[in-house]
Amino acid sequence: MTQPLSGREVAARIGREIPGAVLLADGLGIWVRPGSVAQVARFLKEAPGLEMDYLNNLTAADYLDYIEVVYHLSSMKHNHSLAMKVQCWGPQEPEVPSVYSVWLGADLQERECYDMFGVRFVGHPNLKRLLFWEGFEGHVLRKEFTG
Amino acid sequence: MAIRTQPVTINIGPQHPSTHGVFRMRVTFDGEVIVGLEPIFGYLHRGKEKLAEARTYTQFIPITDRQDYLASMTNNWAYCLAVERLAGIELPERAEYIRVLVGEMMRISNHLMALGFFLNDCGAWQTPLLYMYREREKLLDLFDMLSGQRLNYNYMRLGGVSQDLPPEFLPALKKFVAEMPGYIDEYEQLLATNEILLARSKGVGILPAELAISASASGPVLRASGVKWDIRRGDPYSVYPRLQFEIPTGQQGDAYDRFWVRMQEMRQSVRILEQALAAVEQMPPGVYRAKVPALVRPPRGEVYSRIESPKGELAYYIVSDGGIAPWRCRIRGPSQINLTALKEMVVGWKLADLVIVFGSIDVVMGEVDR
Repeated sequence: MTQPLSGREVAARIGREIPGAVLLADGLGIWVRPGSVAQVARFLKEAPGLEMDYLNNLTAADYLDYIEVVYHLSSMKHNHSLAMKVQCWGPQEPEVPSVYSVWLGADLQERECYDMFGVRFVGHPNLKRLLFWEGFEGHVLRKEFTG
Repeated sequence: MAIRTQPVTINIGPQHPSTHGVFRMRVTFDGEVIVGLEPIFGYLHRGKEKLAEARTYTQFIPITDRQDYLASMTNNWAYCLAVERLAGIELPERAEYIRVLVGEMMRISNHLMALGFFLNDCGAWQTPLLYMYREREKLLDLFDMLSGQRLNYNYMRLGGVSQDLPPEFLPALKKFVAEMPGYIDEYEQLLATNEILLARSKGVGILPAELAISASASGPVLRASGVKWDIRRGDPYSVYPRLQFEIPTGQQGDAYDRFWVRMQEMRQSVRILEQALAAVEQMPPGVYRAKVPALVRPPRGEVYSRIESPKGELAYYIVSDGGIAPWRCRIRGPSQINLTALKEMVVGWKLADLVIVFGSIDVVMGEVDR
């Protein structure tokens, strides 16, 4: 059984290495400061005992006031999981550092997230729309997009 | 005299027999050798995630059928399981076993298609495919008995399945389960040590284990690289903890290993079917669905729920605001994410190998583009 890690304990560990990166934590996940995502991701992947080597899922959700990017992570070695989240508050366009260099699996998923929500992943080598065509206006999974 | 060469970019697809649907690749060649590849998606995009937000939880089930249309049952299952976990719905035991039955039948049917088309790509034009169609046809007849459909079954419901097994189903499935190992032997005899297949696929398109994990590969693609990871064991759902089966793994992650792993998985699925059949026969018929209101309103919250679909980790991330429709419904399809490492697998190989490597990943464009 995949063991969900307690966000609070992981947050305490990250806090010792990267102070101020984790804004909030509960039993299931951690909320990270947008600018620290890549740094925290690298730490989660490499820290002994955590070793989150597998990015299961990367997506976002629109909560009207902000867009939340969600990373579902797990470890093949320890069989545990954790959700890492980032809230991007408006009015400026959401911007998050890319985790492409940490997990290759972020490649297509970040592109899809950019396509659907307009989240700009800074540092992604090929951040283009994935499913919609070039020149399409708008980001369809935002709540404001009504067709 | 030295010959001056320059890279040439060729467009393959979206309409091409080797692309298994509407998939397009921009491939850069140096002579005949691939030096770069860019996959281009979206030709079959139907906006399922947006559609989910405008439908009740139950109304979305038939739409899930149409993602991976070669494995509709497991799509239903992944979605229903996610909503059931979110809403706290418990299933009757018989429903769990029926789901395992149809899920494993679906795995066999999917792998038959995957292997048949893979051999098509290898140049064994149509003959092995038609052998595999022969067995798949029997499975489709069984699904037809259950749901009246041959491709998009819409069979599962929140809390169970739409109807109980008809009386003629179990004898027919028993017959199939008894016959199938013989057919798998036949395929292995014809194919597994076939010299041409070995020459074309052994050592081709290697995906090392470390890269497979980093690229979020899952299912037979991940296992062929030697990673012993199966969600049915690693993060079990339904009644899988009570069932005995092995997790076949490959050695080096080449196209042949992916072929071989699927072949062995069919054997394991037959094994699971035997056990589930024995269990279902012990149970009184009639209880196949929990009492669930017509409008399910899961409490506020979210769930990330995954199953081992025939192609890999099929997961749903559903956010509920307490209403009758999901606030956000993300579909994590294994077909799309397994393509992440396609470039790494084919660079350095030739055009003819590209077709084989792509075929060995086993993707369905309905799930890639959603």
